[in-house]
Amino acid sequence: MRQSMFMRRILYWASVAAGLVLAIVPLPDWLDPVRPDLALLAVVYWILTSPRIAGLGYAWLSGLFLDVLRGMVLGQHALGFLVVAFLTHRLQLRMRMFPILHQAATVMLMLGLYHFIIFWTDGLIGHGYTGWNRWLPVLSGALLWPLIVAAGDSLTRRTG
Amino acid sequence: MVELTHDSRPIIGRGPPLGATFITLAIASIALMVADQRYDQISRVRAWLTAAAYPVQVGVDLPFRAWDWLSGSIADRSRLRRDNLELTARLRLANLQLQRFAVLEDENRRLRDMRERTQGVAERVLVASILNVDLDPFRQRVLLDKGAVDGVFKGQAVLDGAGIFGQVTKVNAGTAEVILISDAEHAIPVQSNRSGVRTIAVGMGDSSKLSLPFVTVESDLKVGDLLLSTGLGGVFPPGYPVAKISKVKRAASATFALVEARPTAELDRDREVLLVWFKPPVFATAASDAPAAAAPAAQTGAGSQ
Repeated sequence: MRQSMFMRRILYWASVAAGLVLAIVPLPDWLDPVRPDLALLAVVYWILTSPRIAGLGYAWLSGLFLDVLRGMVLGQHALGFLVVAFLTHRLQLRMRMFPILHQAATVMLMLGLYHFIIFWTDGLIGHGYTGWNRWLPVLSGALLWPLIVAAGDSLTRRTG
Repeated sequence: MVELTHDSRPIIGRGPPLGATFITLAIASIALMVADQRYDQISRVRAWLTAAAYPVQVGVDLPFRAWDWLSGSIADRSRLRRDNLELTARLRLANLQLQRFAVLEDENRRLRDMRERTQGVAERVLVASILNVDLDPFRQRVLLDKGAVDGVFKGQAVLDGAGIFGQVTKVNAGTAEVILISDAEHAIPVQSNRSGVRTIAVGMGDSSKLSLPFVTVESDLKVGDLLLSTGLGGVFPPGYPVAKISKVKRAASATFALVEARPTAELDRDREVLLVWFKPPVFATAASDAPAAAAPAAQTGAGSQ
């Protein structure tokens, strides 16, 4: 039991870190606005599967590191990550029971909230970009959710 | 009493309740945002954090650079030969032009000496590579591989071979963030090479377009006019090409014409750019008579147009 907890913790840290790296990997221009927030999806996934391991602190730190990586105002993505992680913790007992499509829809709402927080703070700071395509990651993230659950489940099953 | 809560962490060694952690961290992030936006003290914290981010950014950039190097080093012989021939031909042409240029440069220097104004010319340049890192799809910003260690400073002008590229907004230890002239938050004072009309070119968030919003319907600007930097803000060296006017639309009823220009620098294709150190031109300090007379005119010109 202890061993598997340890493995899960490592997996959790590694997958979120990989999501952060993928957030700045160069993509072709047409694909760049669609880029899903993989780090955030990883945080949500791990809170749902292992709420005892995935707390709010690491989610907040990941958001902060994303701010640093992308040269944003410090705390912007951190706040977004924190709010989503907190909501997921509150809803996790319910969300785990949802069928996968229902879960994807809930994740979409959370991503919408996350992007709204980013949009809102952007506006307060004066960087407001109001084009419709800034909301595309909400859609791509929700579409990707079943895949992330499938990949994550096969990963956790193998390591126990 | 046993109750079913959302908090399924072990009861022993659970740590503070989730709500408390949430509120603490939320206040921390808001405080960070305010501090980052308003005060300078946070820059040291940011410097530590960017030091942690640097290996990640370089690591992401590395495979792309390796691929470039690899494809460059195994380029086939016939292509190299063709390139060589073409470059030799071009060099011959360039040498020819250079002879004329030397004469012109002499003449130019004499004229400048006469006016006792040698400022505004780049004194030192440093070549920097753009890191292959996507910062934000909706902002025109790039990351350079030179930073505070190399003497890069905030507000430094960045040029490429064909014109003005942008300016440095954030300096980290080993990297620097550059805002391109096409970013929606960037504006640069420019002057038409042909008619001398002064105005301001504002970015539109699209690397192929700049907007000139303060051009009156009567002002003398045509499609194809080259816009040069004026150096008025003291950030950019004067006399470097910024953009070429691509569209002028005048409506008789409107006060302002709709003018767009295409940046001469290859904003979306550059791999290397130049960081420039130069002495700001005299009129920034209004030291001598002639430039001092020019400065108010220039400022009112930029303001009213």
